[in-house]
Amino acid sequence: MVPVDYYIILSAILFTLGALGVLIRRNPLIIFMSIELMLNAGNLAFVAFGRSYEITKGELFFNGQIFVFFVIAVAAAEVAVGLALIVEIFKTRKNINIDEMNSLKG
Amino acid sequence: MHLSETISSGFFFLAPWLVFAPVTGLLINLIFGRQFSEKVIGTVASLASGAAFVVSVLLAYSVSINHGERVSVPLAEWIHIGTLQLDWTFRVDSLSTTMMLVVSGVGTLIHIYAIGYMHEDVRFKNDEGRYNRFFIFLNLFIAAMMILVSGDSFMMLFVGWEGVGLSSFLLIGFWYEMDTLARPSWANSNAAKKAFIVNRIGDFGFLIAGFLMFWYLGSFQFDEVFKAAPAIAESAPWVIVAITLFMLVGVAGKSAQIPLYIWLPDAMAGPTPVSALIHAATMVTAGVYLVARSAPLYTLVPQAQYIVAMVGAGTALFAATIAVGQYDIKKVLAYSTISQLGYMIAAVGMGAYVAGMFHLIAHAFFKALLFLSAGSVILGLERGHHAHAHHVSHVDHGKKKKEGKKKEEERGHNEEHGEAFDPGDMRNMGGMRKTMPLTFWLYLIGALALAGIFPLVGFWSKDEILLDASLHYTSVYWQLTIAAFFTAFYMGRQIWMVFFGEPRHAAAAHAQESPKVITVPLMILAGLSVLGGALNLPFEGFHNLGHWLGYTLGEVEALPLDLKVAGISTVLALLAILISWLIYGRNTLRAGQPDPLKRPLGFIFTGMENKWFVDEGYFAVIVNPFKKISQFLADVIDERFWHDFVHDTVILGTYNWLSEIALDRYADQKGIDAFANWLGDATQSVSATLRKVQNGFVRSYALAVMLGVVLILGYLIFK
Repeated sequence: MVPVDYYIILSAILFTLGALGVLIRRNPLIIFMSIELMLNAGNLAFVAFGRSYEITKGELFFNGQIFVFFVIAVAAAEVAVGLALIVEIFKTRKNINIDEMNSLKG
Repeated sequence: MHLSETISSGFFFLAPWLVFAPVTGLLINLIFGRQFSEKVIGTVASLASGAAFVVSVLLAYSVSINHGERVSVPLAEWIHIGTLQLDWTFRVDSLSTTMMLVVSGVGTLIHIYAIGYMHEDVRFKNDEGRYNRFFIFLNLFIAAMMILVSGDSFMMLFVGWEGVGLSSFLLIGFWYEMDTLARPSWANSNAAKKAFIVNRIGDFGFLIAGFLMFWYLGSFQFDEVFKAAPAIAESAPWVIVAITLFMLVGVAGKSAQIPLYIWLPDAMAGPTPVSALIHAATMVTAGVYLVARSAPLYTLVPQAQYIVAMVGAGTALFAATIAVGQYDIKKVLAYSTISQLGYMIAAVGMGAYVAGMFHLIAHAFFKALLFLSAGSVILGLERGHHAHAHHVSHVDHGKKKKEGKKKEEERGHNEEHGEAFDPGDMRNMGGMRKTMPLTFWLYLIGALALAGIFPLVGFWSKDEILLDASLHYTSVYWQLTIAAFFTAFYMGRQIWMVFFGEPRHAAAAHAQESPKVITVPLMILAGLSVLGGALNLPFEGFHNLGHWLGYTLGEVEALPLDLKVAGISTVLALLAILISWLIYGRNTLRAGQPDPLKRPLGFIFTGMENKWFVDEGYFAVIVNPFKKISQFLADVIDERFWHDFVHDTVILGTYNWLSEIALDRYADQKGIDAFANWLGDATQSVSATLRKVQNGFVRSYALAVMLGVVLILGYLIFK
């Protein structure tokens, strides 16, 4: 197979892009998408390491792929909750620009 | 010998009841007195005193059947510190039982008399609630006197000594808010204070003697002191002289000798039973008892004996001269008491202890009789005064309502009469022989006994003292003989002034005889005065008292009757009575007439009248300078200097400056407050700065998280 490093580098690039997206974008929907991107970058790393272990050990090893299921489920739940929150905020403020959600300041 | 050892027969174990019976009486009256009637209060007190008398009789009997052996009855340990071993032990020997019998016997008679006397006295003074207190104090006195005479050491004697001083103070000041004429005044309480303070000076002498005794002789207990004394008398005789002379100071205070006799005449402010019991028969004889008890000490130092005898003789003569010029019936008797005490002190000073004790007993009988009879006379005059006023107001204010009359009259007596009536002033009396015959005869017996007329007890006792004096010290003999002349003279003067002639005041004319509860004790005392001579007749085989006291005092010289001495004293006494009759009896005084001796004797009589100005002298030399000095110390030094200047200005001012200016303004406000405030301000500014981190922007929070992750990862990778 392709050397596992390539997959990890790809995962890192995807994660960085996702992190930048969280930091830079103002729209919470875009921020959620970036969060998804970060999560999927993590998924990619799990699968790549799992396969690499399988190859070096010579036995079947599904742990990496099983963990991806958990991550996808969590991501889905988290997005559901977050989108519900955004809908509620929009109903109140008619605006979902996160720069203007600063009423919890000290 | 102690009780645990073999005493086959006797009632020695009863000794503590001498003290506890009167104490029980006083406690019963103290706790339940308010619910008792007057008769019950008086009976309880008299029974308590009577119980003490019964115990004394039993103790005397026990001593006699044990052939005069002395027994100590220990009761309790008191002070045991180092070498000082003081216990409360009762000493039962012939000398102490003699005193016990006199005190409790005469005391019980006076208790019974007081039931009747105080019944009338509290009504004349309008304070019936005070009856109970009198008997409580009387029982207290008996208890304290019993402690005095039954003590086994000088300190136990001193406890009783102080106790009788206290009782005397309480009883003299019984009517503390009045004077003798029942007007509101400080007079009675001043008399009580004077008695206590002058006694205190005597106590000071006693204590110094006690300290010397403990320091050099090692103990207070009688036997130990007497055993150790001869050795010290050999090596350092000044110690014994000092002890005996300081004890003389104590005796001069308690037994009213020169120079501390001044309290006794003022003590007549107390009710008459008090004067009879305490200031005639018992308390004042405590000094005589002390000297007699300390006989082993005094016989070692003849110089001190001479001084004691001279003090006694001088007092006897001095007081007798004052008694001639007195107008108050009780004051005459008071100075007579001082004079007779001088006789006793002179006797025991010369070493004639039996003669002194015999005169003590005789004097207790006839002086108590005289005082109680004087009380009867005074009450008779009070009754006459009230009866007369009642009669007068009956006639004058017949229109008043009958009901409220009695109380109004009793209260308004003094106001009706204008000036206060003195029932004790002999110038208000006269002709009492007809209005109070029984009292007259009893008083006459007492007066003749005092004057020393054969065969009453005074003759025998005084004669023995004179006989001893003639053999030992001539100057003492002449002083005592001249005093005997004056004694007979002033008693004669008193009898003529009080009982003969015409009444000089309406009260005397209306006087009434006293009830039986008053006259029966008088009759008993009169009987004792007549028959008392049998105690110690100067004939072979009849020296009863000498033999009895010899058990304790050692072999006593028993002198036979010396007709020369007896003859001189009898002739002088009869001569004095004759002269007094010539002056006072033949032409009896009329109301308002001055004393017939005033013109012939001039300034001498003025001196006698004014007690030779001794009190005034004391005031000028001691009391007033003392007051001035203490006022100076109080006002100038204490108030103005110490209080105002040192305390207020210096100390307080410095303190205030320190606290307000130095500490408050500079140290506190400028120093500590500044720092504390800066601390608060700094914290606020820091927190204001740090607060800006919480700006509410989600992106900045996310950035912070991201940076933190990067830092940690970097650390982990490159470590």
